[in-house]
Amino acid sequence: MDNLDTVVAEAMTAVADAETLAALEAVRVGYLGKKGVLTALLQGLGTLAPEQRPAAGASINKAKVAVQEGIEARRQRLADADIERRLAAETIDVTLPGRNAEVGGLHPITQTLNRIQDFFVRVGYQVEEGPEIEDDYHNFEALNIPAHHPARAMHDTFYIDATHVLRTHTSPVQIRTLERQAPPIRIVCPGRVYRCDSDLTHTPMFHQVEGLVVDRDISFADLRGTVDQFLKAFFETDLPVRFRPSYFPFTEPSAEVDIQCTQCRGAGCRVCKQSGWLEVMGCGMVHPNVLANCGIDSENFTGFAFGMGVERLAMLRHGVGDLRLFFENDLRFLQQF
Amino acid sequence: MKFSKAWLLQHVDIEIATPDLVAGLTMAGLEVDGVEPAAPPFTKVVVGEVVAIEPHPDADQLRVCRVSTGGDAPVQVVCGAPNARLGLKAPFAQIGARLPGDLTIKAARLRGIESQGMLCSAAELGLSSDQAGLLELPGDLHTGTDLRAALALDDEVIEVDLTPNRGDCLGIRGLAREVAAVMGAPLRDFPVAPVPATIADALPIRLNAAGACPRYAGRIIRAIDPQAKTPMWMLERLRRGGIRGIHPVVDVTNYVMLELGQPMHGFDLGRLHDTGIEVRHARSGETLTLLDGNVLELDAGCLVIADAQRTLALAGIMGGRDSGVDAQTRDVFLESAHFQPLAVAGKARQFGLHTDSSHRFERGVDPELPLRALERATALLLEIAGGKPGPALVVEDKGALSVPRVIRLRRKRLTQQLRLDFAPARVKTMLVSLGLELLEETPDHWQFRAPGWRFDLGIEADLIEEIARIHGYNNLPSATPVLAPEIGPSRQRDLAGIRAVLVQRGYREVICYSFVPPEVAGLVMGGAPAIPVINPISAAMSVMRPSLWPGLLLALRHNLNRQQERVRVFETGLCFGGGPGGDQRMMLAGLITGRREPEGWANAPDQVDFFTLKGDVEALLAPLGIADQVCGERGEHPALHPGQCLRLGDGAGVTLGHLGLLNPTVARELDFHRPVFLFELSLDVLPARGIPAFRPLSRFPAVRRDIAIVVPREVTASALLDVVKRAAGGALTEARIFDVYHGEHIENNKKSIALGLTFQDSSRTLEDSDVQSVEAAVLEALAAGFGARLRGE
Repeated sequence: MDNLDTVVAEAMTAVADAETLAALEAVRVGYLGKKGVLTALLQGLGTLAPEQRPAAGASINKAKVAVQEGIEARRQRLADADIERRLAAETIDVTLPGRNAEVGGLHPITQTLNRIQDFFVRVGYQVEEGPEIEDDYHNFEALNIPAHHPARAMHDTFYIDATHVLRTHTSPVQIRTLERQAPPIRIVCPGRVYRCDSDLTHTPMFHQVEGLVVDRDISFADLRGTVDQFLKAFFETDLPVRFRPSYFPFTEPSAEVDIQCTQCRGAGCRVCKQSGWLEVMGCGMVHPNVLANCGIDSENFTGFAFGMGVERLAMLRHGVGDLRLFFENDLRFLQQF
Repeated sequence: MKFSKAWLLQHVDIEIATPDLVAGLTMAGLEVDGVEPAAPPFTKVVVGEVVAIEPHPDADQLRVCRVSTGGDAPVQVVCGAPNARLGLKAPFAQIGARLPGDLTIKAARLRGIESQGMLCSAAELGLSSDQAGLLELPGDLHTGTDLRAALALDDEVIEVDLTPNRGDCLGIRGLAREVAAVMGAPLRDFPVAPVPATIADALPIRLNAAGACPRYAGRIIRAIDPQAKTPMWMLERLRRGGIRGIHPVVDVTNYVMLELGQPMHGFDLGRLHDTGIEVRHARSGETLTLLDGNVLELDAGCLVIADAQRTLALAGIMGGRDSGVDAQTRDVFLESAHFQPLAVAGKARQFGLHTDSSHRFERGVDPELPLRALERATALLLEIAGGKPGPALVVEDKGALSVPRVIRLRRKRLTQQLRLDFAPARVKTMLVSLGLELLEETPDHWQFRAPGWRFDLGIEADLIEEIARIHGYNNLPSATPVLAPEIGPSRQRDLAGIRAVLVQRGYREVICYSFVPPEVAGLVMGGAPAIPVINPISAAMSVMRPSLWPGLLLALRHNLNRQQERVRVFETGLCFGGGPGGDQRMMLAGLITGRREPEGWANAPDQVDFFTLKGDVEALLAPLGIADQVCGERGEHPALHPGQCLRLGDGAGVTLGHLGLLNPTVARELDFHRPVFLFELSLDVLPARGIPAFRPLSRFPAVRRDIAIVVPREVTASALLDVVKRAAGGALTEARIFDVYHGEHIENNKKSIALGLTFQDSSRTLEDSDVQSVEAAVLEALAAGFGARLRGE
């Protein structure tokens, strides 16, 4: 059986020399295939004497297993090397940017409007909208601002014709809702408004959100609580809020609402003109005349209304210093929000 | 309203630091806009007197003065002021004085002559912008006194931004009343004694518009001294109130206006017709020449003061040129009248005027003031300019005077509105301190009479506000309203969802002005006129946008000018058509230009085209679930390229919007040298989405057949697909165009279209023969409809 040992040794050398899976397969076929050397030896057993056959068969089988194991081990090595080569070949620069990842964005005013609206919608207000070219009645008369009322000078009005204006506030939406719907009413009215004024701190168009609640037993305390909670939620901090008496023809009592200056925390700075406070909102109890104009009995129903400038809130929240940037639509500006 | 703090404190018995006063006023609703010193800081300026003056030997414009400061020898000062003269008293800055503007006075030589200090103008002391000459001080000021003490300059000027309801605070006396009530301090008495007449002359006054002017007080004062000068203390108070000195009569009337809040007017009696004056509405065609020379064309809505010959004044607003006082005036007629707010309101603005007088009358002046103000003014004028007063004449129509309002305040309502139960004694104290008169009191309610000066107090809510104000808004309770939950219908139009799709696809939202340049609107709308604004802020903002495209195009230009190469923007908002208030439509529009994908190592370099835009529009419509209700066809729009314009419709004649390539002509006008694609949808007319209804899923396999056909170039995809769908019937579940080709191997005027057809039946597996017969029917229909043939045949 010297011959058999030589065959195994030669086979092992061939296995070790096989550099590819294909070469290894050729070796396997050469020794273990149908016409392989070891297969042939097994088939040659029949020529031996019957008493020699078991021992010779066992030897040949042992040799076959040895060669098989050698081939398997080599195959594993070659496969591993193959994977390693692939891994090396397929390595990429994972720090390159991804494909077409760009998304757009909403205008900061819309984002601010949404933020304000979401707060009120969550606590049960409905969103109402209305026309921007508004008739004199809904923009002024119904709101207790008759013609020639000095308060009209507070609204630098754009006129479309003798009886139509660009709405100077979103309050006409409150009137239209009160005309259409019976109490209880709680709405917020977001939208564009117009004043004939253009300088560093005024644009002829800006955005307001107004709110209106009309129900039985609504009090000034309810107004204060609502506004206070809203402002703390909007600015995400427990900031001091104060109410100052003021005047609007459509509310009585009326108030302006100040928050502690978000820039200097009340110490006094340029933004708050050294006062430590920033005016952010006007509000008050709905004037009985306004309710009467809409056919609502002010003995049984009372209400409050508030209104805020969206640009002002957006400027404070994002630290934007120049109002006009909001309407230049410079992409470098819009991309920041 | 600007006022001197020192003046105010003469009327209220209180010692208060300015910041506390400012806070008190602001928190009472009289918002303080600013506080300034009455004079900027300066030192070592005294009352100087020119005791000798001679020309400068070497300079025509200069003179050499000897200025006394009261003590030792006069000092020598070189001065260039034209009004420097012997005996003049003027501010004198001594050596070492520090003046505003960081100026220190040193000894100097001017053209060889020693100068030991400086005589000052008002401008040099920061008192006004008047630099025409030396500030002339009254002769009775003691030479050598420190100027700050002599003019009481260590005072502050406080400016309050009064709301229109508080006309009663447009005078020191009214402010003092308010401060006293708010601070709980005593208001000092301010008696005004009647001035006895020394002559009997009286000018007849007739009220011929009593509703507008129910009370008119007037008085003649003869023989005033035309040389008289308004005293420095009065000029100073006027200056601190923002009013320039003009003439003693005018100054006195202005002073009384600042003090009491009653606007007055002084006529030159010599220029009035001696039959007297009347207050009446203007006649049509009547004109009035104002002090500034402007001629007003009056109408019947205007209230005027007139004599037998001419119109003298626009009542409560401004006097006429031909009846006013001047340096020659010796005899004066003083007017102190009550004009009703509605008689004045709006009139000043109608003529582009806004005067201190109209500002007050529009807001309401106490009808009890005219006589008091007249007596006060008479006393002041006699003090300054002498003269002989006639009797104070008051003509009135008591019936036309507004009756003081009686207001009932219910305790229950007060408690309900403010959520605080006030002690009755406190309610009374607060309201009485504001000048209300308690008429009746029961456990349930009070009756108060509002004072004549408070035009804003008329109803119960007004009194509740006063109580809240005096108590302090921030000392009132705060609560959270309990709102019964109410779920409204969900909105059909999901704007947020549409915006989200566009944002996802790289669009940035912009917000453009609703007014646009008419020429851009015209370009976009093919010359159709847009709704103009009567009083636009500028020509570029003078029409209401008929479309969102003008704004988007202007935003594009802004960004292209700033080197932004890839722009995708959208906007939602109202657009305006039809007549005023007519047609206001909620629109959505977008614009793209530049690369399809942002520049990047892995991104395609292609530029956007029509189908980039169309894909975006299809994507934004998708979540609305209305795709099958929207149909697109070749359209026309003045702003778009006629060959690249799609009209979206609802299939029933309603246009939902347009999209396409900006028309090259329009692009040229707007100076764009690149393809720009635009879409616009009318959100109001987008079909409403129904509730999606479930269709069973087929359990049987789908079969796909691809066919390539050749058709004439002008055949549209939508026409082709319509024919395919009709011919294929219910078994066709999807028809997809996966290739469009023209060029080599295809005749010039033809194109090849490859269709992928998917068939599926819900009840059985389709046999080859089923599919073949449908396919044959499709090909037959295509051949009949468009002369289509299979490619390669």
